[in-house]
Amino acid sequence: MSAENSRAAESSHPTPALYGLILAILVSGTALTYFAATWEMGIFNPIVALTIACTKATLVILYFMHVRYSNKLTIITVCAGFFWLLILISLSLSDYLTR
Amino acid sequence: MSTNQTTAPATGHHPAWAHQFENMQQQKEASSFGMWVFLLTEIMMFGGLFTAYMIYRIKFYDAFVAGSSSINVQWGFGNTLVLIGSSFTMAMAVWAAHKGKRMQQVVYLVLTMVLGTAFLGVKAVEYKAKYDECHIPGQVIGKGFNATGGPGCSGEGANIAEELEHPKTLAGKEVAGKPRAAAEQIARQSELFFVFYFAMTGLHATHMIIGLGVLAWILRRAWKSEFGPAYYTPVENFGLYWHFVDIVWIYLFPLLYLINRIPHH
Amino acid sequence: MSTATQTVMPEKHYLNEFFGIRSWLLTKDHKRIAILYLLTISFFFFLGGLFASLIRLELLTPAGDLFQSDTYNKLFTMHGVNMIFFFLIPSVPAVLGNFLVPIMVGARDLAFPKINLLSWYIFIAGAAFALTALLYGGVDTGWTFYTPLSSGYLRTPVIVMGVGILIAGFASIFTGLNFIVTVHRMRAPGMTWGRLPLFVWANYAASLIMVLGTPVLAITLILLVLERGFHIGIFDPKLGGDPVLFQHMFWFYSHPAVYIMILPGMGVISEIITCFSRKRVFGYTFIAFSSIAIAVFGFVVWAHHMFVAGISTYSAMVFSLLSYAVAIPSAVKVFNWIATMYKGSVSYDTPMLYAFGFIGLFTIGGLTGLFLAALGLDVHIHDTYFVIAHFHYVMVGGMVMAYLGGLHFWWPKITGRIYPEFWAKLAALITFIGFNLTFFPQFILGYLGMPRRYHSYPEEFQVLNVLSSAGASILAVGFILPLIYLLWSLRYGEIAGPNPWSAKGLEWTTSSPPPTHNFDVIPVVTEGPYNYGDDEEAAGVH
Repeated sequence: MSAENSRAAESSHPTPALYGLILAILVSGTALTYFAATWEMGIFNPIVALTIACTKATLVILYFMHVRYSNKLTIITVCAGFFWLLILISLSLSDYLTR
Repeated sequence: MSTNQTTAPATGHHPAWAHQFENMQQQKEASSFGMWVFLLTEIMMFGGLFTAYMIYRIKFYDAFVAGSSSINVQWGFGNTLVLIGSSFTMAMAVWAAHKGKRMQQVVYLVLTMVLGTAFLGVKAVEYKAKYDECHIPGQVIGKGFNATGGPGCSGEGANIAEELEHPKTLAGKEVAGKPRAAAEQIARQSELFFVFYFAMTGLHATHMIIGLGVLAWILRRAWKSEFGPAYYTPVENFGLYWHFVDIVWIYLFPLLYLINRIPHH
Repeated sequence: MSTATQTVMPEKHYLNEFFGIRSWLLTKDHKRIAILYLLTISFFFFLGGLFASLIRLELLTPAGDLFQSDTYNKLFTMHGVNMIFFFLIPSVPAVLGNFLVPIMVGARDLAFPKINLLSWYIFIAGAAFALTALLYGGVDTGWTFYTPLSSGYLRTPVIVMGVGILIAGFASIFTGLNFIVTVHRMRAPGMTWGRLPLFVWANYAASLIMVLGTPVLAITLILLVLERGFHIGIFDPKLGGDPVLFQHMFWFYSHPAVYIMILPGMGVISEIITCFSRKRVFGYTFIAFSSIAIAVFGFVVWAHHMFVAGISTYSAMVFSLLSYAVAIPSAVKVFNWIATMYKGSVSYDTPMLYAFGFIGLFTIGGLTGLFLAALGLDVHIHDTYFVIAHFHYVMVGGMVMAYLGGLHFWWPKITGRIYPEFWAKLAALITFIGFNLTFFPQFILGYLGMPRRYHSYPEEFQVLNVLSSAGASILAVGFILPLIYLLWSLRYGEIAGPNPWSAKGLEWTTSSPPPTHNFDVIPVVTEGPYNYGDDEEAAGVH
């Protein structure tokens, strides 16, 4: 999913064309994740599914939610949210996985 | 406030100016940041549920596979597309408000509402299917949880124990099943999966319902031409909320419907 | 005071500008909302205190002769729930923070005044549920609501109480959200982060915790209510659930919650010490960043409440190590406060007495936390009176003292009146003596093995228990006295004037009480917050 690197020249606000492109990527990502679930890849099934989900979420955050064009405070806030979620998940799991 | 605000007023006194702020710019920045902080709290709230779900998925993998297999992936896939579409129309509505295009604002907001409602409609269908199959956890709603397709539990996915004896992957391939006694026990454990299925999608749906309510209010204000280049903060901030709800579903779809499809050997 | 002329109340201020019950119940003024919170949490403080008195009464004798064990369970549960969720968590942020943060950053109000009022109403709604639960007999699960006891085995109104706490949590979230946005976006011109009073830094750090932690409590309580209401097994092992998962999720919030409680108190202490030492705070940057460090580190230590609950040993070791780390920023603060006083011109006004009490008692409480963080030792003292003594030292000896100190320090600003100094000093002294007599014996009791949450105990523990109960009666006097003389001062207290302490800080440049809109002209800030050293004024005597 490196399509975000091939977007048009940046502006201070996204254009409808850019939104349309993101929509197309998101739809393809959804289709891809559905088909990937039909292939048996063992441990890679959840990894692929979550990777695609993270990519889709990142695109929504960066473009639909304008974080790509936002100030540092917004970016820090978004990162803080995911970081704290990571603390909750990883430290809790660290108990269960080491029992 | 029904004045036409498609262009910036001559003085600094916009009707929507709240006087604890020095000017509209500060108000815009503060309210935007406020919405982001609110979304931060929402990440943590859903995050708690996600954490519990993931821990239990590791502990009760087979039961979660069984539960996942009994919910309809096609509905989930369709709903994902619907919600992504509604995110697109919402982003377009913000763009239209920013450009001061009243008619387009209204059209995109209406489309967002339609798609959001469609999502909820599909969810209702899914919930009804679970109700018919007696997969609602607890013994309080409907006939009570029954994973072995007892009397009054209709639907092809109702008998989870039987599915476990003859499981199929999402592609339709048959794989090795479990012996009967193990299958029944795992089927009983799948109640936990359904607890999380309903808790996570229920919390998400609640957020959508509230969102649709607020959207109706925003639509009304857009209809009355309250938004334009000088002031479109409510549309933008609501858009942030709506996209967040979309992102939650972007994670819910694979977590609930997709990643538990392959049973352990 | 540098002037001998008669000080008068300002003609128009936030208390008398608008009259009538509607002007209070529909106010958007952060100062009035602070008063609304003050009234509400004071009620819950004394309600929680009532339960504490009953507990100590029961524990005068070794036999469980005053109350049945189920009733006793309700007493300590209601004491904990009222004190933590309905007094301590809102105390400094919702009362002093609401009142002072906008003024201290040089703004006219918080970023979202309507949400501020909403947060008070949400708090009232949560309180209504809690009181309803009380009227239906009260809950007996312990304030920690551990499953499956709370979700599957009791007939007490757990759902009502859980919903009440859940709702009150949202009040906390909205307050935190408001503070964070205000501090980031509404500072006056020239008010850089490095010029903010440490009280603002402390409330900001606490707000980060409120916003990041409370939602997890919300979802935990929702799941608890679902489990109990629908008889499903999320945390109930009978149905495949894991009770330890409840504890993980509960403590993910509840441990940072203790930092929500203490950080604003530390902010108060910073303000008091600098004013009554007539000296700028030593190590301002260290104290500011230590507040943030405590907020962040506080999130990664929660399982130290679960060392004997069945978590893995490796996990326990990690959490134990991190718990030692979180003590460091607190220690940094204590050293900096003491360094502030060193070679300062120290005066012994009531707020400073409370600050002294805080430093000593918080240090003891904090150090005993390290005892508990040691895995081997915790096996023996977990769930004993040692834990109870530890957290009462930090929460009452620390936090309540800081709250009272702050209340006294800013009382002239909030009400325009000064309280009677003799009675205030007496109350501070009585509180200090009563507190130590109540809780120090509990360290010994815990170490000797007396378990917590038991209404009867072996005979050999009676002497220490009697000492503790005697102390509690003295402590009660220490808390009731301020109620009386503070209310008295509203009518008969000396008029304060804008700056009775000759303190630095934007709040002291406004009148006492301040006008509704805080500042006629938004100030432009050109210097740091505590430039006391440049003054030639004598020690702040009034």
